[in-house]
Amino acid sequence: MNQIDYSVEPDVVQGSLSQRDINEAISKPLETKPTKLYYLALGISSTLLLIGAISLALTLYYGVGLWGINQPVGWAFDIVNFVFWVGIGHAGTLISAILFLFRQRWRTGIARFAEAMTIFAVMTAGLFPLIHTGRPWLDGYLFPVPNQHHLWINFTSPLIWDVFAVSTYLTVSFVFWYIGLIPDLATLRERTNSKVKKIIYSILSLGWRHSNRHWHHYEMIYLILAGFATPLVLSVHTIVSFDFAVSILPGWHTTIFPPYFVAGAVFSGFAMVQNVLIVIRKIFNLQNIITLDTLEKMNKVMLATGLMVGYAYGMEFFIAWYSGNPLESFVFLNRAFGNYAWAYWIMVSCNVIFTQLFWFKKIRRSIVPMFIIGVLVNIGMWFERFVIVVTTLSRDFLPTSWDYFVPTIYDIGILLGSFGLFFTLVILFIRTLPVVSITEVKSVLKTSQPVHH
Amino acid sequence: MDDKNLFGVACLFKDPNKLLPLVKKIRELGFKNWDVHSAYPLHGIPKAMRLKWSPLGYIALIFGLSGASFGLFLTWWTMSVDYPLIIGGKPWFSFPAFVPVLFELTVLLASVGTAIVMLFVIFKLPNNRHPLNDTEYMKKVSSEYYGLVVESKDPNFDYDRIVSIFKEYEPSEILDINYQELELKYQPKVFDWKFILFLVIISAATSAFAYFYNNKVLYLPPFDFMLNQFKLKPQESSTLFSDNFGMRIPVAGTVARGEKFYPFKGKPEEAGTKLVNTLEPSEENLKLGQQKYNTFCSPCHGWRGEGDSRLNGQFPNPPSLHTEKLRNWPDGRIYHVIVEGQNIMPSYARLLSEKERWAIVLYIRALQRSLNAKQEDLQ
Repeated sequence: MNQIDYSVEPDVVQGSLSQRDINEAISKPLETKPTKLYYLALGISSTLLLIGAISLALTLYYGVGLWGINQPVGWAFDIVNFVFWVGIGHAGTLISAILFLFRQRWRTGIARFAEAMTIFAVMTAGLFPLIHTGRPWLDGYLFPVPNQHHLWINFTSPLIWDVFAVSTYLTVSFVFWYIGLIPDLATLRERTNSKVKKIIYSILSLGWRHSNRHWHHYEMIYLILAGFATPLVLSVHTIVSFDFAVSILPGWHTTIFPPYFVAGAVFSGFAMVQNVLIVIRKIFNLQNIITLDTLEKMNKVMLATGLMVGYAYGMEFFIAWYSGNPLESFVFLNRAFGNYAWAYWIMVSCNVIFTQLFWFKKIRRSIVPMFIIGVLVNIGMWFERFVIVVTTLSRDFLPTSWDYFVPTIYDIGILLGSFGLFFTLVILFIRTLPVVSITEVKSVLKTSQPVHH
Repeated sequence: MDDKNLFGVACLFKDPNKLLPLVKKIRELGFKNWDVHSAYPLHGIPKAMRLKWSPLGYIALIFGLSGASFGLFLTWWTMSVDYPLIIGGKPWFSFPAFVPVLFELTVLLASVGTAIVMLFVIFKLPNNRHPLNDTEYMKKVSSEYYGLVVESKDPNFDYDRIVSIFKEYEPSEILDINYQELELKYQPKVFDWKFILFLVIISAATSAFAYFYNNKVLYLPPFDFMLNQFKLKPQESSTLFSDNFGMRIPVAGTVARGEKFYPFKGKPEEAGTKLVNTLEPSEENLKLGQQKYNTFCSPCHGWRGEGDSRLNGQFPNPPSLHTEKLRNWPDGRIYHVIVEGQNIMPSYARLLSEKERWAIVLYIRALQRSLNAKQEDLQ
C-alpha cells in the first residue's frame, strides 16, 4: 500500500487520458454489443420486476388486504419502501448539486450516474404513495383538483406536501439531468454512424452545437439549478419526515426527524451509488475516470453521515429520558428490547457499528470490503425505516389494540419488485446514455483549460 | 469568394492556449457574427469575447416569484375562500402550513421556467438544421479540437483577409463551411395538413380515453367496489324475507317513536269532523307543505293537484284535487287520506310526520284557493 499525500488534491482523472480517449472510453458501452453478463443482469432484474408486477396486480385487484398490514399497523412495507427509495435518490442530488456548489471536482466522474439514479429511485419511490392509498385509480385527487363536492385537497396536510415535494423533486432532477446530457448527446450525435441513432440523438440533443455563446448561459443555468436543487433536496426528506413528525405518536413526534432523515438519506444513497459504481467501473473499464480516490471520498461521506445517524439514535434515547415523558421512554425501550428488537439491532449494527471500519484507510481503499459495507448500510437503512414505521405503530396508546406485523408474500414481492424496477432502469440506462458526463470530465483534465486568461 | 452557399470560414486548434489570442484579435477587429466552439466551457473565452452577463439569474427570479405568488394564491383561495375548512383548529389562512407547498412551487417554476427560456428562447433550439451541425468541423470540435467560425453574413466578412488572419495563429486546419441543400430549402411545417391531422387525432384520442375512463372503466370491477357493496339499496328486492322486499315495513300495531296512535283508523267521516288543523298558515309552514307535497304527492297528483300524473300511465291518474267535493272536505278528511291512503293510494304515515301531513293539507288548501279564487281574494 503506497503512501497517499492528502494535502495534495489527487487528479480527478488518472492515467493521462486525452480528450479523444475520454470520448472513446465513455461512449464504448453505447457502441459495442452487450456481453452475456449484461443479459444475465438484465434477466435477473427484470425477473424481480415481474414478481413485483404480479404482486402489485393482485394487490390492485383484491385490495391491500393481501398485505400484512393490520390494525394498528396500517403503514408498513409500502411506506418503508417509499422512504427508503426517496432516501436513495438524495445522494444523486447531493453529488450533482451540493458538491458542485462546493466546487468538489471529484464529483464529475460520478455525477451523471448519481443523477440518473436519483430519477430512477424517485420513480420507484413514487409508486408507493400511489399504491398505499389502496385505490390508485383515484390518485388524481392528490393534485389540486376539486372533487365532485368542490372540495379541494388539504394543503395543511404533510401527505399533500409530500405529493408536491416528490413530484417537484422528480421534475427538477430530470431537468438538471437532461440539461447536463444535452452536450453529451450532441457529441454522440456527431460520433455515430448509425442512421437510427443519429435521428434519436439529434432529437434529444436539440441541435446543440457547443457554441461558447451558449456555454456562457449554460454555466449560469447549471449554477442556478444547483442552487435550487440544494434546498430542494433538503426540503424533500424534511417533508417526508413531516409525515411522521407532524403526527402525535410517541417516537414520531420529534423535532430531530428532519435533519436525521436527511442525513440517513444521504448515507443510504451514497452506499447505493458506491455499490453500483464499483460494478460499472469494473465491467466498463472506467477505473481511470471513476477513480479509487473518488470511491474513498464517498466512503468518507458515508462514515460522516453514518456518525450523524448514530448520533440521532443516541439523541432520541436521551430525549426520551430527559423529556420525562413516560410514553416516549416506553417507545424507545420497546424499540431496543421489545417486540421488534431484532430489527432495531440489525439497524444499529449495520448503520453505526460496521461503518466504523471506514476509519481504516486500508478498508476505505479496498473494493471488496467497501462493497460489503455498502450493502450492509443499505440493509441497515431499510431496517431503520422499518423500525420507525412498524415498531411505533405496533405499540400505540391503547394496549388492547397492539398487534404484530408480519409481511405476507405480496409485501415481499412488491419489495423485490421495487429493486427490480430500479435495477432494470439502471441497467438499461448504462447502455443507452453516457454513464459519465463527457463534457464535465473533459473540462477537468489537466491540459483542458487555457493557462493564461 | 462570392459563393452564395458559404456559411462561414472556420479554423481548428488542438491547444486552447493558441485559440485565446485569436479570439481577442477577432473581437478587436469588430466582427459581429462569429463564434467559438468547444466540447466544454472554456475558461476565459466569455471575457475574451466580451460576452454580456447572462440574464438567466433575473429570469429565474421572475419565475421563482411567480411560482411563489401562484402558490400563495392557490393555497389562500382554495383553503380560505372557495371551500374554507377548519383543520386541526388552525385558522383558515394558516400560512406556516402552506410554506412547504409554496416553496416547492417556487423551485418547480423557477427551475423549469428558466431551463425552457434558456433552451427555446435564448438558444432558439431545437435547431438540428444549423449549417454547423453534421460537419467535419463539428465532429472535430466535439472530440478534441477547439474551433472558431466567422460567418459570411458578417458585414466585415472578407474571405481572403480572414484566412490570412487565421494563418498568423497557426491553426491545425482551416476549412469552409457550406450550407447544404436541405438547410437552404427548409421551411417549418407547422400548418402542414399532416401535422394538423396529427394534433386532431391526438386530441380526439385523449378525449375518447378520458371519456371512456371516467364513464366506463371506473364502473367496472374492481373499481366499482364502493358503488356495489354487500348491502341492500332502497327499492331492491331480497330473498332473505318471504315477501322479497329489501325495505322493511314496521310491525303491525306498533307506533314509531315520536308518533302518536291514530284513533280514526277506518273511520274517515269521524276523522273529518274531529280532527282540526292546529298549524298556522304561515309562510314557513306553507313552504314545508310545498316541499313535502312536491316530493310525495306531485308525482301522481301533479304539481298543482290537477291529477296530471307524471308516471306515464303506469298507474291510473287520480282525480283532481280541485273538485267541488274536495274543496268542501274538512281538513281532517284530507289528513285521513294521507294517513290511511285511498283506493290505490298507499298510506304515507311512515314517510310523513304529523306536522308535515298538516303542512301538506295547508298547501293543498292554498292550491285549491289559487285555482278557484273568490272575488274578495283579488282585493
